[in-house]
Amino acid sequence: MQTDTTPLIQLQGVSKIYGKGQAAVKALDAVDLQIHQGEFVAMMGPSGSGKSTSLNILGCLDTPGSGQYYFDGVAVGSLSRDQRAVLRRQFLGFIFQGFNLLNRTSAIENVELPLIYRKIPARHRREMAQEALCAVGLEKWQNHTPGELSGGQQQRVAIARAIVGKPRVLLADEPTGNLDSVRSIEIMEMLRTFNQRDGITIIMVTHEPDMAEFCKRQMQFQDGHIISDTAVEDTL
Amino acid sequence: MMLWETFLLAQKTIRRNKLRSALTILGIVIGVSAVISMVTLGSGATQKVTSDISKLGSNVLHVRPGQGMRGPGGARSSSDPFKIEDATAIKNSIAGLQAVAPVAETSGQAIYGSNNWSTSVTGGTNDFFIVQGWDLDEGRTFSDSELQAGKSVCLIGKTIQKELFANESPTGKTMRLGKISFKIIGTLKEKGQSNFGTDQDDLVVIPLKTLQRRMAGNSDVRTILVAVQEGVSTTGVQKEIELLMRERRGIAPGQEADFHVRDMKEIIDTLTGTTTVLTALLSAVAGVSLLVGGIGIMNIMLVSVTERTREIGTRLAIGALERDVLLQFLVESVSLSSLGGLIGILLGLGGAALCSKLIGVPFVFKPGIVAAAFFFSGAVGIVFGYVPAKKAAQMDPIEALRYE
Ligand SMILES: Nc1ncnc2c1ncn2[C@@H]1O[C@H](COP(=O)(O)OP(=O)(O)O)[C@@H](O)[C@H]1O
Ligand SMILES: [Mg+2]
Repeated sequence: MQTDTTPLIQLQGVSKIYGKGQAAVKALDAVDLQIHQGEFVAMMGPSGSGKSTSLNILGCLDTPGSGQYYFDGVAVGSLSRDQRAVLRRQFLGFIFQGFNLLNRTSAIENVELPLIYRKIPARHRREMAQEALCAVGLEKWQNHTPGELSGGQQQRVAIARAIVGKPRVLLADEPTGNLDSVRSIEIMEMLRTFNQRDGITIIMVTHEPDMAEFCKRQMQFQDGHIISDTAVEDTL
Repeated sequence: MMLWETFLLAQKTIRRNKLRSALTILGIVIGVSAVISMVTLGSGATQKVTSDISKLGSNVLHVRPGQGMRGPGGARSSSDPFKIEDATAIKNSIAGLQAVAPVAETSGQAIYGSNNWSTSVTGGTNDFFIVQGWDLDEGRTFSDSELQAGKSVCLIGKTIQKELFANESPTGKTMRLGKISFKIIGTLKEKGQSNFGTDQDDLVVIPLKTLQRRMAGNSDVRTILVAVQEGVSTTGVQKEIELLMRERRGIAPGQEADFHVRDMKEIIDTLTGTTTVLTALLSAVAGVSLLVGGIGIMNIMLVSVTERTREIGTRLAIGALERDVLLQFLVESVSLSSLGGLIGILLGLGGAALCSKLIGVPFVFKPGIVAAAFFFSGAVGIVFGYVPAKKAAQMDPIEALRYE
């Protein structure tokens, strides 16, 4: 399934060390990685193996300690904080385990938030947010606050917020970690649709094999290394 | 992020925590309202004093023996008193005068029938009424012969009339001042209270010579009041009087005079000088209260930033720039502090309006002070909101998102 085109995402010998001296922890150890446009990747592995660390680097929230990260050919390591923020708001969408919605703020306002930072005018913003809420099946809930929504619904609002800006890549760190299996499957099916129908590249961290089943490629992390990287046979 | 959105967001956050916001801005509210009400009342009082004094006549010079009074001390008694001739000399040799009134004063017991009232007695000429702006209510002023001969006639103020005569008309009646009988030839129109709270209508006016001969037993003049014609410079006249009096009293050039000539303006300046000191003190109080208010805002903003760490992390992750977050928290603290300033201004003006009614001074709206108060309370929000806002803007998104 690899193509000749340049990969959208490329890590070259990326290491990340937390702490100093005796207390130093090597979260990532010379990781090489390529992900192309349109892939649906699961990152798996035991706790502390470096999944979140690599996802944060791929999401431009963090920078490699050493090695190079190219996003669409751009060396992210040499960008400033604000330049990385611009990259995030133009091309990346985030989904968190804990949803991270703003409390006491309606669903639609939560979804509009990234568009505000992109300086999109209010009316256009509202339309785009409504569209995104429709895509996750919450058009009837747009004026409810997170407190009035179930966990599954909250995560769908968070997904709407992640896709509203039409990102090229969705990054999800254990998006189903706080949900029961029925809600988890709903979420995974939704992500699969965005991947297949809209061609959004999705990279998600999970430790549940059932969820990883939805992905087209599975990576196994251990002690800051990728120990296996396999394409999944289309089971459907 | 656009400024308007940021502003709306700040309003929402402030309204969400009503009690906390109210407590946060309390310091600024109290400080600003105190200053606004004080300044407003103070300028009302100054205006009243100034206008009352100029009603007495801003064109009036006081010529008195003794070196100039510093503050409300009064003249020294050791210098030679003036005589009627000094007043005549001023009248004859200086141009541009409206009236020259030599005055001497004493106090006495006014008695009519079984009523008696202790009052102040002024010995003067008809010029006294001109200089002090007294109008006749009934009767007439002194005749030349009464003034020359020192007859026992008098004019009385409204207070004396009320105390001694109740509803009777006093004109033509005879009353006693101490042991001497006086015929009342007229009454004076009411003037009311002076700024210093004394009753101006509590007076009896008799011919100067009568007072000198029959009551004081000397020929001294305590004060010469000089009213300058409109359009003539009082300072010029003041100089001329000084020269004339130095000559008459034989004071060598360069030697310090044993009398003084004072202008109403100087008296006003002495009084408003106190206001300047007061204003300086008030500004210091304002500064301190804004400082305290600002520290209150900084404190709450720091707490708020910590509480909202995850929110900040989320905003940063989904594309907020450092300056977006900085602006968000700055706008919030400036909104808080200017809201405090606004409430303080309204409370201060309201309080001042109420108090000025109660104590009877005019309500003087000072737009400059109001604008300054608003400006400074806003500035407090920027200055004291900056540190918390910077703290928020510089958070590491990953750690902020992980924050419990
Ligand atoms: N901010 C940090 N400070 C110190 N150590 C960290 C930090 N983030 C992660 N680590 C360490 O790096 C290693 C990898 O962490 P992480 O990428 O979060 O693992 P995973 O997501 O696979 O559970 C762990 O040992 C973790 O303790
Ligand atoms: Mg993790």
